[in-house]
Amino acid sequence: MPTETEKIQEITSEEYKYGFYTDIETDSAPPGLNEDIIRLISNKKNEPEFMLEWRLKAYSHWLTMTEPAWHNVHYPPIDYDSIVYYSAPKTQEDGPKSLDEVDPELLETYNKLGIPLQEQKMLTGVAVDAVFDSVSVATTYKAKLSELGIIFGSFSDAVQEHPDLIQKYLGTVVPYTDNYFAALNSAVFTDGSFCYIPEGVRCPMELSTYFRINAMNTGQFERTLIIADKGSYVSYLEGCTAPMRDENQLHAAVVELVAHDDAQIKYSTIQNWYPGDEEGKGGIYNFVTKRGKCEGVNSKISWTQVETGSAITWKYPSCVLLGDNSIGEFYSVALTKMRQQADTGTKMIHIGKNTRSNVVSKGISAGHGQNTYRGMIKVFKGASNARNYTQCDSMLMGDQCGAHTFPYIEIENSTTQMEHEASTSKIGEDQIFYCQQRGLSPEDAVSMIVNGFCKEVFKELPMEFAVEAQKLLEINLEGSVG
Amino acid sequence: MLEIRNLHVEVEGKKIIRGVDLQIQAGEVHSIMGPNGSGKSTLAQVLAGREEYEVTDGQIIYNGEDLLEMSPEDRARQGIFMAFQYPVAIPGVSNTYFLKAALNAIRKERGLEEVDAADFLSLVREKMELLQISDSLINRPVNDGFSGGEKKRNEIFHMAVLEPQLAILDETDSGLDIDALKVVADGVNSLRNEERSFIVITHYQRLLDYVVPDYVHVLYDGQVVKSGDKSLALELEEQGYSGLGEETSTVSS
Repeated sequence: MPTETEKIQEITSEEYKYGFYTDIETDSAPPGLNEDIIRLISNKKNEPEFMLEWRLKAYSHWLTMTEPAWHNVHYPPIDYDSIVYYSAPKTQEDGPKSLDEVDPELLETYNKLGIPLQEQKMLTGVAVDAVFDSVSVATTYKAKLSELGIIFGSFSDAVQEHPDLIQKYLGTVVPYTDNYFAALNSAVFTDGSFCYIPEGVRCPMELSTYFRINAMNTGQFERTLIIADKGSYVSYLEGCTAPMRDENQLHAAVVELVAHDDAQIKYSTIQNWYPGDEEGKGGIYNFVTKRGKCEGVNSKISWTQVETGSAITWKYPSCVLLGDNSIGEFYSVALTKMRQQADTGTKMIHIGKNTRSNVVSKGISAGHGQNTYRGMIKVFKGASNARNYTQCDSMLMGDQCGAHTFPYIEIENSTTQMEHEASTSKIGEDQIFYCQQRGLSPEDAVSMIVNGFCKEVFKELPMEFAVEAQKLLEINLEGSVG
Repeated sequence: MLEIRNLHVEVEGKKIIRGVDLQIQAGEVHSIMGPNGSGKSTLAQVLAGREEYEVTDGQIIYNGEDLLEMSPEDRARQGIFMAFQYPVAIPGVSNTYFLKAALNAIRKERGLEEVDAADFLSLVREKMELLQISDSLINRPVNDGFSGGEKKRNEIFHMAVLEPQLAILDETDSGLDIDALKVVADGVNSLRNEERSFIVITHYQRLLDYVVPDYVHVLYDGQVVKSGDKSLALELEEQGYSGLGEETSTVSS
């Protein structure tokens, strides 16, 4: 027979349990944005005071801004008051119980891409066993990384464990005043990745290859910060070739990179968000701000991107070449089909002496896709002997699609050397027939021709990623010709 | 092996070929000559399966099958090869990668195993030696930045690797200097055998000095107006194509 004390304990714990449960139920903010919501986000994430202050400043700045309209993409107005800016992470119980419950079309695409079964389950939100290959692999690698002093994990963890680094670097490359979407992100971002490579360390693996599954579900406002200290090197992979569906239509991410003296950052992206249906309905709006700062002398930042998803892609991964002799690179493949619209390119800002930049952009348009390259080369007065090479090629498939090029060149130093090459070609019946005459099917011919067109960009991707990117293009182009 | 019966072809409503009959047996080399616009290249394109050319009448039987029912890639896989008059460039795709994909597509159709990289490389070496082709040609993207002569040699190289049963050479000699012409001719001759047939389309007799045909057909205004052996080519060289119009009327009357 329980004593009175035990009884009391039992009751209180029950009540506590109940109360806790209620707490979870309300663990989702009402739609719309105000200071209280931002306080809630910061509070839920147990952030230090400086974070909250920064978020609030970003929010009040955002309120003074208007959504940009200079881009060559068209979409119905976004209702920012209907967005839920904070909701508790989903538990696995909400997801499908097995792959049988998942859209077979999606699974077929996964199979074509050769994605392992376990990973398919993770991608579709199917609950997986505790013993999971990739996770244990991840743990092993994580130990190896920390031996080298590399910090790599979620942004939230970094805020808790390395607030000094966050405070020092956050917003130094993309300030919250930068643009409308960056300001919004700064106010409300919920998670992302953080990476710090200490002085002289060469990161021994492509970061995120083994972690990409864990990096998922970071929400629609993602924030990434990568710092390469003096003489270090890191190659970072973002995204996944698997088509991901998301209930959130608006995505506004921010990525900041900082490279100190003699450091090098290679950042590769494969973006394959849901593009919407044939009519373009339901696709993701992807408004991203990515910028790297070559802060130190002889530093180098390379962006490589393969953009095949989203209804709207709006992104201009850029380099601020501050340190003398620093190098910025941008390699891009953007594919638009159906009703997809992409307005993408780069900005190379030459400030230091002897800075160099290299831009290679390949746009492919099929169906009713609209593909815009927008690039800026700016050379400041003090940037003597700056050099830029820009190559910008467009390929059209069919006669309903479009390719557009908007280069902006601002040069204030007469010692600058700058080259710009641009071409537009139509995938030729002649090319396809030539391949057919040698025994290749029209589908193989198209994929071969397109992959040849993109080769200069693919060779910049880490091997494994390059193979996936090729396959991804093939799948996306199926049925685009003939 | 190939039988063309009463072939009529139109391009954009214009009659180009107006009743051609031709029979080719295994191992034979047929040359088709004729002035510009006589329908020579159209015939080659129709055999290869180009869609823009509309066959309005007639039949083409290839190894007992209706060729006109087959897609261009199926024809290629069944052993029909065309050396293009104007080979197309495919930037970014290496010549060897392209050829390996082509060879494997053909082998797959025939129920053969795909060749691996090592076997393919030794095959390529062998053919390069045979045709005296340099490394630079095979490691570059397909026809990209090739000179006219290089493009033609590359076509012959493709032919050597793919080992077709019926090879159609569409004015492969045009625009070649005498040295390049010899290389092309030597290549063709080295590939001649009892099973392989050739249709050599040419405007001039000079290629036939090196590639000696079994038969020569003269195409004029979409019809074969004269057939004969190699001496016909020499005859044409002396007399030219003028006067053939009159013969046509004699033939048809």
